[in-house]
Amino acid sequence: MTTGALFLAVFLACAVEAVEATTIVLAAGTARDWRSANTGVLAALIVLAALVAGLGPALTQLPIGALRLFVGALLLIFGLQWVRKAVLRAGGYKPMHDEAAIFQEQFGAAQAAEVQRRGRVSDWYAFTLSFKGVLLEGLEVAFIALTFGSNQHAITLAAVAAVTAIVVVALIGFAVRAPLSRVPENTLKFVVGVMLTSFGMFWGAEGAGANWPGSDAALLVIVPAVAAFAGLLVLALRKQATGTLVVAAENAAVGGAA
Amino acid sequence: MSRIRFRLRAFGSFLYDFVVGDDWRIALGVVAALAAIYGLRHGDGVDAWWLLPVTVAAVLAVGLWRVVRKTTPRKSG
Repeated sequence: MTTGALFLAVFLACAVEAVEATTIVLAAGTARDWRSANTGVLAALIVLAALVAGLGPALTQLPIGALRLFVGALLLIFGLQWVRKAVLRAGGYKPMHDEAAIFQEQFGAAQAAEVQRRGRVSDWYAFTLSFKGVLLEGLEVAFIALTFGSNQHAITLAAVAAVTAIVVVALIGFAVRAPLSRVPENTLKFVVGVMLTSFGMFWGAEGAGANWPGSDAALLVIVPAVAAFAGLLVLALRKQATGTLVVAAENAAVGGAA
Repeated sequence: MSRIRFRLRAFGSFLYDFVVGDDWRIALGVVAALAAIYGLRHGDGVDAWWLLPVTVAAVLAVGLWRVVRKTTPRKSG
């Protein structure tokens, strides 16, 4: 895999997660207290940095075969969950991810909660909301960066891609002080899901001892094939969803006439 | 003791949700396919690389079909 592809895969995956984390922090800061929200972000980043610093070197110590099998399996399971959700959203079976709606929901809940001071944190609710948001979304970022990076012996490059994505998204988010609802998040999740699935499949099979025809060049077939298959599933689901609406309308008409 | 058990259970639930997610069949299919590839390679010397794409296509399609089946209303009248 070229360094460009590694950078792109990690950057896109991390950008998607960063958009979600930014929405939560914006809600906590705007509705409550910016100082406490920012302290929560800082605390979560310290925990994430410690996790990456601890797990990163440990992963690179594993033999390459075992590493590829383990990481490939995890990436594949992870990627398939992303593709599944993206196909369900695009096919009309799951609501689209709407950052503006999520922001309003978090904002309302944050405004309703009572102010409670703990230690140096003036607003515990704002702190925990932002801490949990950044930690949970950040764990996915750390996982993707570590697995991609360790497999290609390019953890530094993967970390740079992850940090760049986070910084870019955070800067835009705090410049506009609004949820980044214009980011085509659902499309990005589809693309990232396809990439995680493809690389997971490639590394997983290699780790289990299989040899792909064409070696690394097989990825040039696997990635478009996974994307095409997922696209076909979206079309099939859309067709089915249209049929479902027709049946529901017919049932309503029959019920109304009875 | 019960507090530790509660926290362990909460961590286990988080880990399950983080790794396995909504559909445990996907994880089971992937692990089974990788085990089969490993077994075929190291036992019989068969290079079964094709098993993983077939499994991926199957678990994804079946998982989606299950969702569609659950949400599709039956025709009445």
